[in-house]
Amino acid sequence: MNASMNYLDGNAAGGELSRIFAVDITSAEGQCANCGAKRRFAEAHLYSHCPGLVARCPLCGHVLLRLVNVGQRVLLDLTGMRYLTLHPTLQPEASH
Amino acid sequence: MTWRAAKVVAVRDETATARTLALVVRDWPGHVAGQHVDVRLTAPDGYSAVRSYSIASAPTSDGRIGITVERLANGEVSPYLTQEVMVGDELELRGPIGGWFVWRSDQMEAIQLVAGGSGIVPLMAMIRSRRSAGSSAPFRLVYSVREPERVFYRDELRAVSNQGDSAVITYAYTRVTPKDWPRPAGRIDAALIATGTWPSTLRPTSYVCGPTSFVEHATDFLIAAGHDRERIRTERFGATGERK
Repeated sequence: MNASMNYLDGNAAGGELSRIFAVDITSAEGQCANCGAKRRFAEAHLYSHCPGLVARCPLCGHVLLRLVNVGQRVLLDLTGMRYLTLHPTLQPEASH
Repeated sequence: MTWRAAKVVAVRDETATARTLALVVRDWPGHVAGQHVDVRLTAPDGYSAVRSYSIASAPTSDGRIGITVERLANGEVSPYLTQEVMVGDELELRGPIGGWFVWRSDQMEAIQLVAGGSGIVPLMAMIRSRRSAGSSAPFRLVYSVREPERVFYRDELRAVSNQGDSAVITYAYTRVTPKDWPRPAGRIDAALIATGTWPSTLRPTSYVCGPTSFVEHATDFLIAAGHDRERIRTERFGATGERK
């Protein structure tokens, strides 16, 4: 398989991230700290076949997020994003 | 988000390799079409495996959802879900997940759905949600599938496409076509996108779901046809893992 096609979207990290965040991260808008692109986290390219999860900017490939489970601990690196704009009132559950 | 108990209340084979499980989920908060769930299986020795599956059913308030699972030859979870699970069994489930790849019934704009293989599942939830909500949003679906026998929800899609105001469906068969089918077997291409999708001047919102390479190709064709990248939402699933 072509390694460059070996990714999913940020969507697929929604379940893991819901263990940590009270609001949906996949619909949050983040800005890449490298190229400045603003995209929904769902649009990131997600590499999930490594130990943990790595999300990369769909434009420049910069690492936006790394999440690794180590025993009972979760290590989360968000330095690849300048910010995240969250929409707490747009929770799917609340809209229903 | 916590794990919830989900009881299998019905099973239905969609194709020789795909099965729909109807589940009743304890304390289910409801979902929006396009969302997915994580399913966790735990072996007696404590080993557990988690896989994501799109919800196929329209939102309801009775705690009932459907997921359709395609069996993968080397899968760890899908053979169990498609061959061994029986009515009455319980699974662990986390969801609903994802607030981006969703269609809400108050969206009135034209909707373009593009499915590759089992990527039809979350798009079917949107088609069903449109109907159950009484929406008149104009829908079109391009459904790329290996051969006629691999089409999910065949009778229901036929009924949808026979209703005047409903979704227009264009099939693209990649390996084997039905008899006398006008288009030879082959992957989607610019011509198929041109005939099967809304003109870009309508500014539809597009939802593209399938294997990663399919999503890349389909998205490139849509953009080449003048569609705005900002209005194309994608959901990819991998060939290495299971559904997503």
